Amino acid sequence: MKSSIVIVSFFVLGILSGYFEIIRLSIVDTDIGFYALCCLMFFVGLSLGNDSDTLKRFAMINPQFYLLPVATIVGTLLGCAIISLILPGRSAIEAMVVGSGFGYYSLSSIFITEYKGAELGTIALLSNILREIMALLFAPLFVKYFGRLAPISVGGATTMDTTLPIILKFSGKEFAVISVFHGFVLDLSVPILVTLFSSF
Amino acid sequence: MFIAIGFMVLGSVFGFLLRKKEFRIISKIITLLIWLLLFILGLEVGANHQIISGLTNLGIEALFISLAAVLGSALAALLLWKRVNGKKKRFHEE
Repeated sequence: MKSSIVIVSFFVLGILSGYFEIIRLSIVDTDIGFYALCCLMFFVGLSLGNDSDTLKRFAMINPQFYLLPVATIVGTLLGCAIISLILPGRSAIEAMVVGSGFGYYSLSSIFITEYKGAELGTIALLSNILREIMALLFAPLFVKYFGRLAPISVGGATTMDTTLPIILKFSGKEFAVISVFHGFVLDLSVPILVTLFSSF
Repeated sequence: MFIAIGFMVLGSVFGFLLRKKEFRIISKIITLLIWLLLFILGLEVGANHQIISGLTNLGIEALFISLAAVLGSALAALLLWKRVNGKKKRFHEE
């Protein structure tokens, strides 16, 4: 819980600094976030390679865990279809189009704006940003209440880069291969599923 | 995206080559970088007034959809987790 609070604090501090322009926009416009991410990925790799138990851990993973991308897709789409029942004026298909972003907000919102208009595109952008934020902020809670696979499922298409460090921290390093594999499959499924559901 | 993965592969090669040395400081660096990245994500959201103003109306709808997607996938992950661990337990009992 303590780690979640620290994480939320840094995020909120960032929002306030951005909103009140305490930190100039030019910093946001540069690719500093991307450089920091690459730096982070390098150190994550370093810790994986440096750990002599890593390979043994990979071998210990149950092959059934490789079904996780299917569970993520089915669980997400079912959840979206059910929630559409209480959203006025929003069909199950529209909610599933938004859900098919799986946290990959840049790509999915562009696709959805193109296929379904700016309103649903904006919802897709916000909804998928929120999904990534929830995956980052509440990873410790997901592990506690839904098991070690849950942060990966919730992370959706982001589990091979942005949410990977958090997943390794809270689920364990042995989930690195599953997490990257999961992110890879979900990444590929975003354009396919968004296009599919938009055609209805 | 693949560039970031490339950096991880590069890091793991270095880590493997230097595996006889211990790097206690790595996990601290990782934690600090996670904090930095979340701060930057916040900066991007805060500086984007379209997102901030959109959070009130379309945002509520978006929030409901993301909560449903998150809970749906977390439950599906829990089912798979229990299924796999249940089988493992039975295997050990035999």
